[in-house]
Amino acid sequence: MNPSQASPVMEAHGLIKRYGHVTALDGADFELLPGEILAVIGDNGAGKSSLIKALSGALTPDAGRILLDGRPVHFHSPADARRAGIETVYQDLAVAPALDIASNLFLGREVRRKGVLGRVFRLLDAKRMQTESSAHMQDLKIGIGSMSQSVETLSGGQRQGVAVARGAAFARHVVIMDEPTAALGVKESGMVLDLIREVRDRGLPVILISHDIPAVFEIADRVHIQRLGRRVAVVEPGDVDMAEAVAIMTGAAPGNVPGPA
Amino acid sequence: MPDTPASDTPAPDSPAPETGTDSSVPDAPAAGARVTGTGGEGLVRAVPAGLARFAALPTVGPLAALLLACLFFSLRTDRFLTGGNLSLVVQQVMEVGTLAIGQTAVILTAGIDLSNGAVMAFGTIVMTRLAVSGGMPPLLAILIGIAVCAAFGALNGTLVTMARLPAFIVTLGTLNIAFALTHIYSHDQTVTGLPKMMTALGQTFPFGNTDVTYGSVVMLAMFIVGWYILRHTAAGRHVYAVGDNGEAARLTGINTRRLLITVYTVAGAVYGVAGLLLVGRTGVGDPQAGVTDNLDSITAVVLGGISLFGGRGSIIGVLFGALIVGVIRNGLQLMGVASIYQVLITGILVILAVGVDQLARRRRA
Repeated sequence: MNPSQASPVMEAHGLIKRYGHVTALDGADFELLPGEILAVIGDNGAGKSSLIKALSGALTPDAGRILLDGRPVHFHSPADARRAGIETVYQDLAVAPALDIASNLFLGREVRRKGVLGRVFRLLDAKRMQTESSAHMQDLKIGIGSMSQSVETLSGGQRQGVAVARGAAFARHVVIMDEPTAALGVKESGMVLDLIREVRDRGLPVILISHDIPAVFEIADRVHIQRLGRRVAVVEPGDVDMAEAVAIMTGAAPGNVPGPA
Repeated sequence: MPDTPASDTPAPDSPAPETGTDSSVPDAPAAGARVTGTGGEGLVRAVPAGLARFAALPTVGPLAALLLACLFFSLRTDRFLTGGNLSLVVQQVMEVGTLAIGQTAVILTAGIDLSNGAVMAFGTIVMTRLAVSGGMPPLLAILIGIAVCAAFGALNGTLVTMARLPAFIVTLGTLNIAFALTHIYSHDQTVTGLPKMMTALGQTFPFGNTDVTYGSVVMLAMFIVGWYILRHTAAGRHVYAVGDNGEAARLTGINTRRLLITVYTVAGAVYGVAGLLLVGRTGVGDPQAGVTDNLDSITAVVLGGISLFGGRGSIIGVLFGALIVGVIRNGLQLMGVASIYQVLITGILVILAVGVDQLARRRRA
């Protein structure tokens, strides 16, 4: 997959973010192509979480541009990014455990009944939300019997499955997965990685931030390597092995992307 | 970002068995069809059958306790199970029950409101004095009294969200402010000679072979409206979500600050209505009223099965919780037991209820 072949879904140029005298983003570039899983890796302090926060609207960069489908966008909050069709799945299982699966999937986007019941009495269409939740979960091949069971009755992997399904169901452009397997065991991580593939195969590009280098090399189409607040390399798992990627990440080997002029 | 030790966790080479079972779920059924559990057996924890489900409903415990208490007192006294007495029980719990409606909403968001009794008392003094000394039309005076209570709620909500102060401290402060204002504004005098309209909700109407106060009906209606909003509207689900996992709620795009301020404000208005019911029942504006009502409303909420940690429980349980306190007080009176034992028993019940909630939490964790 060559960056020049398709126009990027999302790109960023020269992002800068400073906190006092700490520079989190030092002219970072970024490029996400249609239908790919792009992993973002980097050591601690490389600025990968600042980069992701900028892309998901959780922080506003001091300088630089973000483009979505070639058009410049300015996110001032995660809600702005969401309105633009970017959904984020967080590492710490951002679900409400006491609420049922359907309520979690539709949290903040509830569907009301048609007509007077919905407009005046604000009555929720619980049945429709359950049916649609069930369909979304099946789309991703997550086998959970009842959408009316509370999320706390699920395993960690299934809970993350709910979060991924929510992201995939409502994202129009991009799904950002921020360390989606960090809180999970090996088996459950495998299940979530399969889900991420499902999301990609359904046509949504995925940005995957992960510490789990083997997992990254297993499922990513391309790997963005972040170091010292910049993108230093973009590699394809077929061309570069893990040791080389880690060497670039830690600065032991040079990257393949020139820094900003 | 917190650094997690996940980097040394290798990814599985082949799909884990669980995942394998999972992928074997046929995706053929059309959208909307439910997976009945046969396909994803490995992933689905045994779904409890109907009976277990029923027992797990948050209202079942409080209802069972209420029915047990009723059974006990109807066996011990002849007068308990009469229409007149039951109507009296409901009438006796109507202010605390109504206060508990607002308290429920606040506690569901993982907050607490210590100020509600004092705010209610201030509301009653405002509405009665405006009508009696100020000569204001009663309806206008009532609305202003309720608005003052709502303003107190808005103050609580604003301090909790904007100043990020703990609800306990904020409402302890407004409790004292409302208490002081009540006594300053009333000059410690009970307001008497109220216009008839102001006490209308204390009047009764015949129902079967007994009389029921309008105020009781107002309280029950407010419980039903509260249940509808909490259970069947998006706003209600957001209340639960904010108390359950506030950060998750915020990340899904819910404006949690606005929601919290609204909850406290609406709760304040509900306290104003409780004040109106109180005025109806007593026929006066009493600056000494409601002193322990804050704790009594929390008692009703806790006995009703609402978790003090937020996000769990049903407001219908709170109605049962309020009635449990009323039934025990009334039943022991009928049995000729000194009223202090009612306080003793309520205390034990509260600890039991919180203990059950804690046990349930630990089991889930």
